[in-house]
Amino acid sequence: MATGSDARLPVKAESKALSFYYGALHALKGISLVIPERHATALIGPSGCGKTTYLRCLNRMHDLYAGNRYEGEVFLYPEGVNIVAPSVDPIEIRMRVGMVFQKPNPFPKSIYENVAYGLRIRQSVRRTELDEAVERALRDAALWTEVKDRLHEPAWALSGGQQQRLCIARALATGPELLLFDEPTSALDPTATARIEELVTDLKQRVTIVIVTHNMQQAARISDFTAFMYEGKLVEFDRTEIIYTNPSNKLTEAYVTGRFG
Amino acid sequence: MQRHVDEEFAELKTQILRMGGLVEGQVQRAIRALVERDADLASQVIERDALVNSLDVEIDERCIRLLALQAPAASDLRFVTTAMKISTELERMSDLAENISERAIELNEEPQLKPYIDIPRMANWTMTMVRECLDAFVRADSKLARKVLSDDDFVDNLTHQLFRELLSFMIENPATISRAIRLTFIGKYIERIADHATNIAELVVYMVEGKIVRHIDPSALLDKSL
Amino acid sequence: MHLENDIDKSTSIGVVKGPIQRRKWTDLVFAAGGLVTMVLALAVLLALLGQLVMDGIGRLSWQFLTSYPSRFPTQAGILSAWIGTVIVMILTALAAVPLGIGAAIYLEEYARHNWVTDLIEINIANLAGVPSIVYGLMALGLFVYQFHLGHSFLTAGLTLGMLILPMVIIATREAIRSVPSQIREASYALGATKWQTVRDHVVPYSMGGTLTGLILALSRAVGETAPLITVGALSFIAFLPHPPWQSTFPFFSLQWMFDPFTVMPIQMFNWVSRPQEEFHLNAAAAGIILMLMTLVMNALAISIRARFRARIHW
Repeated sequence: MATGSDARLPVKAESKALSFYYGALHALKGISLVIPERHATALIGPSGCGKTTYLRCLNRMHDLYAGNRYEGEVFLYPEGVNIVAPSVDPIEIRMRVGMVFQKPNPFPKSIYENVAYGLRIRQSVRRTELDEAVERALRDAALWTEVKDRLHEPAWALSGGQQQRLCIARALATGPELLLFDEPTSALDPTATARIEELVTDLKQRVTIVIVTHNMQQAARISDFTAFMYEGKLVEFDRTEIIYTNPSNKLTEAYVTGRFG
Repeated sequence: MQRHVDEEFAELKTQILRMGGLVEGQVQRAIRALVERDADLASQVIERDALVNSLDVEIDERCIRLLALQAPAASDLRFVTTAMKISTELERMSDLAENISERAIELNEEPQLKPYIDIPRMANWTMTMVRECLDAFVRADSKLARKVLSDDDFVDNLTHQLFRELLSFMIENPATISRAIRLTFIGKYIERIADHATNIAELVVYMVEGKIVRHIDPSALLDKSL
Repeated sequence: MHLENDIDKSTSIGVVKGPIQRRKWTDLVFAAGGLVTMVLALAVLLALLGQLVMDGIGRLSWQFLTSYPSRFPTQAGILSAWIGTVIVMILTALAAVPLGIGAAIYLEEYARHNWVTDLIEINIANLAGVPSIVYGLMALGLFVYQFHLGHSFLTAGLTLGMLILPMVIIATREAIRSVPSQIREASYALGATKWQTVRDHVVPYSMGGTLTGLILALSRAVGETAPLITVGALSFIAFLPHPPWQSTFPFFSLQWMFDPFTVMPIQMFNWVSRPQEEFHLNAAAAGIILMLMTLVMNALAISIRARFRARIHW
């Protein structure tokens, strides 16, 4: 039962009995999960538990590869549209839901062009506004001061941590309502990781965030809610502090104390 | 899966038990020193308090190291934080035993006021409580811990009884005041030892059962407003 | 020092030295063998080249490059031949590029990957190995007789275009495949359509590999003789094709595409077939020019690939 302050949290996304198949492989089994708005929700679990699979359902990335199938529903609010319905265009979803990947993957273009790309393909922004939008996105990603004098230099010249922040700026530029992070710091050194974590802690007040992470301490540090998954099922979902001090499920307890996985 | 850190947890438990045993001994000897009017025994108790203090420091350091290096979670975390607090409670118990010994030495300067009946009874009961609360910790037995919580009433009642008796002594014969007051203090000390035992029992209940669980019921998070 | 499992017995210096020596010696034998083989191969190559250069260097001159073929060996030149080669190469590229790159993009990005596309891929690979004279026969039947394009530059360009098409498709496909999926995913994740992703990312980033493949295919086509003979290349052309411009509207002309043609290898073949020794020297000189053209194209391919590689970091 929810208590006090949790009872009326606005919800950004919700999956109802979501199942997913990679061809014949039943990867997600009836996941019903609520993503509270403007908070960070972490997905944790051992390798192969389906957390990245679940994340990629939220922006229909699985559509890019043949043989994948969704069952169940995923609702995006405030409209309440079921985004995994075949009638819904994945391109529209991806315009509202952004993603940051595990290994930084900036385009082999200039820093400016990387951030501007999302806006260019929407053809909705004029040239002058583009400059402002790029600057705003880079500021939001805590990268502006480091790159403002070399916006037209190639993106690959940046360090790993800077590249990842560039990818975050690229995703932020289009003003997404939901931002998905797929193990964003697993390829970065501790300093870069700490900066990204700071960034996520800032961003979650403005954008709803879902983050998949292998690093339990990271999930503990930056997320408000945590969902523990195992073998394609949702085992437990609760406030992060509860999962880490007093989880209800024995399996969650075993995972969180490091006794398996 | 047995892990290296489980060995460290086991050692921490052992340390707490050792400290608990030491403290029990301190209280026992302090009461004996009072009853047998043995000033040497009392001095021993006072000296040994330093040993208890150093154990407290050692346990603290052990716990802090575990927290920093292992980042324990859930039940492991509750175990370590409880152990830290228990060692503080035990250290205060030993301080009280030291206080009892000091009063005992002072009482030896005058003849015994009355046969000691209630004080040993309180002391025995209290030491049972201490033993049981430490048992509850080691065995993670919250039922036993709750029993200890209820046992506290007996000690409280005996304390009041002792005070009323001593009060009547003081009213009848002012010459007994200094001895009676010292005995009152001793009664108070024993009662406080019992309180510390109940504190430990409460910590054990938290450690075993955790906070009251708060789940998020998805259907209750309903503000999907249009 | 005595160790538990007698491992010290097998690691003592005396015991180990024997096997090490044997292995080192085997290393040496292989290295020596490889060196000898390489030297031999290079020597043969240098011998061939050397012979060619020695024979032909005397005939290289401005006159040689700017004269038409003639009955007199010392007056003969390769003007019509090398201009013919250049024009045929341009037409070949124009034929192969849109078809080849378009087909590769479709097969890699748009077509569903099932047994049909697998079959197509196998067939394309096989086509790359078909003897070039078969292409000549196909072109004769299709372009010359069926479409009535005549024995012209257009036919030659289309023929060689078909010949190198499989190579261009394969090279472009490889280049497209080398664009990592993370880049594509990044583009899609921003809400790009398939066409936007292909246009803005896949094609630009694979351009290096594509161009390299194209130029290498062209440099092979430069030396093709058999198919061009089959579609009717002349070996004695003493004139240049019509110019691509004209003085009347619309000011450019395509007449040159339908003119009779010749190319360098054919000219060389013609000269080598003559009995006179001097013509053989002419052929050698033409050979040097042809090799230089090939070298230039390869160098161009390498420099383009290097320039594009510099921008790509994955």
